[in-house]
Amino acid sequence: MKLKQTAGRQHHAGPVTYVLLGLAALVSLFPLYWNLVAASHTGERVVEAPAPLLPGPRLFENLTFAWNQVDMGEALVNTTIVAGLVAVSTVVFSTLAGFAFAKLPFRGRNVLLALVVATMTIPPQLSVIPLYQIITDLGWVDQLQSVVLPSLVAAFGVFFMRQYLLEALPIELIEAARVDGAHSLRIIWHVVFPVARPAMAVLGMLIFVQAWNDFFWPFIALTPDGNPTLQVALAGLGSGNHTINQAIVLTGALISTVPLLLVFALLGKHIVGGITSGAVKS
Amino acid sequence: MATSVRAAADGTPPPAPPPPPASRKTTPPPARTGWRSKLYRWDLKATPYVFVAPFFLCFAAFGLFPLIYTGWLSLHRVELGGEPEWRGFDNYTALWDSDFFWNALANTFTIGVISTVPQLLMALGLAHLLNYKLRGRGFLRVAVLAPYATSIAAATLVFAQLFNSDYGLINTVLGWVGFEPVSWESSKWPAQIAISVIVTWRWTGYNALIYLAAMQAVPQDLYEAASLDGASRWRQFVSVTIPSIRPTILFTIVVSTIGATQLFGEPMLFGGSLGVSGGSGNQFQTLSLLMYEKGWVTGALGQASAIAWVMLLLLLLIGGLRLLVARVNRRKLGA
Repeated sequence: MKLKQTAGRQHHAGPVTYVLLGLAALVSLFPLYWNLVAASHTGERVVEAPAPLLPGPRLFENLTFAWNQVDMGEALVNTTIVAGLVAVSTVVFSTLAGFAFAKLPFRGRNVLLALVVATMTIPPQLSVIPLYQIITDLGWVDQLQSVVLPSLVAAFGVFFMRQYLLEALPIELIEAARVDGAHSLRIIWHVVFPVARPAMAVLGMLIFVQAWNDFFWPFIALTPDGNPTLQVALAGLGSGNHTINQAIVLTGALISTVPLLLVFALLGKHIVGGITSGAVKS
Repeated sequence: MATSVRAAADGTPPPAPPPPPASRKTTPPPARTGWRSKLYRWDLKATPYVFVAPFFLCFAAFGLFPLIYTGWLSLHRVELGGEPEWRGFDNYTALWDSDFFWNALANTFTIGVISTVPQLLMALGLAHLLNYKLRGRGFLRVAVLAPYATSIAAATLVFAQLFNSDYGLINTVLGWVGFEPVSWESSKWPAQIAISVIVTWRWTGYNALIYLAAMQAVPQDLYEAASLDGASRWRQFVSVTIPSIRPTILFTIVVSTIGATQLFGEPMLFGGSLGVSGGSGNQFQTLSLLMYEKGWVTGALGQASAIAWVMLLLLLLIGGLRLLVARVNRRKLGA
């Protein structure tokens, strides 16, 4: 009789499971909560033992100061522009290439696909020195195009869209369109994009998050006092400038985190689905 | 939207050859006029290349060319704006003789191990727990993924406060259970552990969700067979779940290892004003930090390029090991 209960993996969770999962959720969320707490106190209070555990009265003043004096507002606008452009362009180019790799026969397809996958392992450290020389020559230090152009398309995105279209797009649909005399651009617009739309949305969100949080190359190409993204501005705040107190530093961190957390709270389920579908098939 | 298109396709008769005669007004391809069929054939042939071109152009310009050029620079003495001077392998032999390089290599390795191994083990456990039938499942999944949405910079700045030796919450809590305060920044192992905690915090939930998806794809009958054989739940986890999701585990190991070799933002911002050198005694300087210090603080771009290429060689080594493991696995399955 016990057999029936233990067969299968979808057991009901017991109290221990809930306690452990509650602990995991607490550990995951507490640093974010404490960020809010620290951003709502004075700089002196944040660096006083014992550290505050409840929100204080200074959030609004700190936000105003970070916005006006440290120019987190400009950084927020820059980051939105960069992440938006990178996400849109990566999604469009990845869908085109992913479609070709999934459904169009052409010579060299397998070799080229293997090459796409191989490029995923090359770290940015191997390109930043020449790129830095180039943007210095062009006078592009502190220009947003320096961080947008190298990220216009990503190997991960190409692979992600290919995996999705391989299963989601029936070849008959393309053949039908061809018999009707549709050329490739029409097929992309009227057949591929509509079918790919759910995956494009997920990829867009993943790339947006990644571009929003990107650190290494933006930190080299932009400067905290020039025309920074949020991450570069935060790096400036965190590098030990003594005129800025810790409450303001953490207010900056809060400003950079809250927009993405809102997106996650609203669309979290889809992002969870996207992460799992993209990774497992590889 | 997607379903409506698919439904429309199902509604039409199969368009594959031969098309039903006279059922369509449009003429089939062979009957087209010369230039149209030529255009059609050109479209079929060239389109795939046009579609993959943006990726490869972008990779050539911002990936491959810089990679090769970095290799060329690594054989020179270079300063920004100056002419490169040929130095052969001097930059590499200088690295070989440099204590800073070996220190950074060792730190990259130890931080990599401390941040990756517990992270993946905890992710595996977390995925197992999330795989139960749960109330509040959606909330729990999004909650454990929230750290992934937090940037390296924001997470590190928050944790730097929590880990502060004088007033940080972590030392306060350790004090409650009777521990002496730990100097998280200035001692070597505590600093490396603190940095690893930041990495682990950001990535555990993400990896857990990847494992969870793989676990849910394991066929139900495997568990039924195991429980008929009297296997306990733990036994089922070890002998059914783990082997079934082995490719996914290998995937996450490779991804985390690659991430660990590039570690930069966490140690740099954790160290505050001493971040670039990885603390007062370079106790947490990684290869990426050393490369940045050489290139952008010292201005020796040739030496920085050599470090970048050493990182590439390390990654190739990891890639080779991965292939080897995959081959051994396949042989085991074949036997």
